[in-house]
Amino acid sequence: MKAHLTRGYMFSASHRLHSDAMSDAENALTYGKCNNPYGHGHNYRLEVTVSGAVDEATGTVCNLADLDGFVQREILDRFDLENLNTRPEFSQAVPTTENLCTAIYDILQRGFRYAHLEKVRIEETMMNSFEYAGAARSSPSKNT
Amino acid sequence: MVYLTRRAEFAASHYYHNPDFTPEENRRIFGKCNNPNGHGHNYTLEVTVKGEVDPRSGFVVDLRQLKEILTREVLDAMDHRFLNKEVPEFSTRIPTTENLAIAIWQRLATKLNAAQLHRVRVYETPDLFVDFFGEHEG
Repeated sequence: MKAHLTRGYMFSASHRLHSDAMSDAENALTYGKCNNPYGHGHNYRLEVTVSGAVDEATGTVCNLADLDGFVQREILDRFDLENLNTRPEFSQAVPTTENLCTAIYDILQRGFRYAHLEKVRIEETMMNSFEYAGAARSSPSKNT
Repeated sequence: MVYLTRRAEFAASHYYHNPDFTPEENRRIFGKCNNPNGHGHNYTLEVTVKGEVDPRSGFVVDLRQLKEILTREVLDAMDHRFLNKEVPEFSTRIPTTENLAIAIWQRLATKLNAAQLHRVRVYETPDLFVDFFGEHEG
């Protein structure tokens, strides 16, 4: 029987929202305080949802140690206590939480082999959260 | 269609062990969760039902009824229990969060008449939860 498993993680990072495609005035207008050249930071809460048949021998969708190990190595070690603007993932993209969501989804989608990736959800603050379930899925919340 | 979610909490203990595995395999696969004396969690259960809004009552489901069913079928059976030893489903299945969500679904699905069960979500901790949408969904 298929179940969805969601695991939560925390990481902290700084960023500055600034697009080279816009003038300084446009950037200031579009991003407001987030355009401050010195940057600012957030405590991000990441939720990774995977799905699969519940293995009868273990009672699990996947081994949590495998998921935690992968996220630690590939996501948290990469982004925690970093300035996102300096990361290669954001050399061409503005480090909005939308783009962070898709970057993290892509890393998981490429490398995590133990269960099917359903979606990535990130809370940038208690007030803002973002979800990405892949390009083919128009409605990540269909089943939630 | 309107969706309604009711939350409940229960505290229970469990441990993970498969008698078909060797003691070494059990320890390797389940880690600290394999301690036979068990350990506990404060579980949060979210039950989501769906249905059309009844034009006379304005309800999808009578919340009092839903609460009674949840209490009778789930909380009375699982709250302050050792899941492995006191809940029949777990005499043959390991009481992981996945199997807990499935067992709760199976306990509730046949008991709800007016509304249809949509999702059972079980939080083992705030950072780990499982969603089950039924045998044929998901």
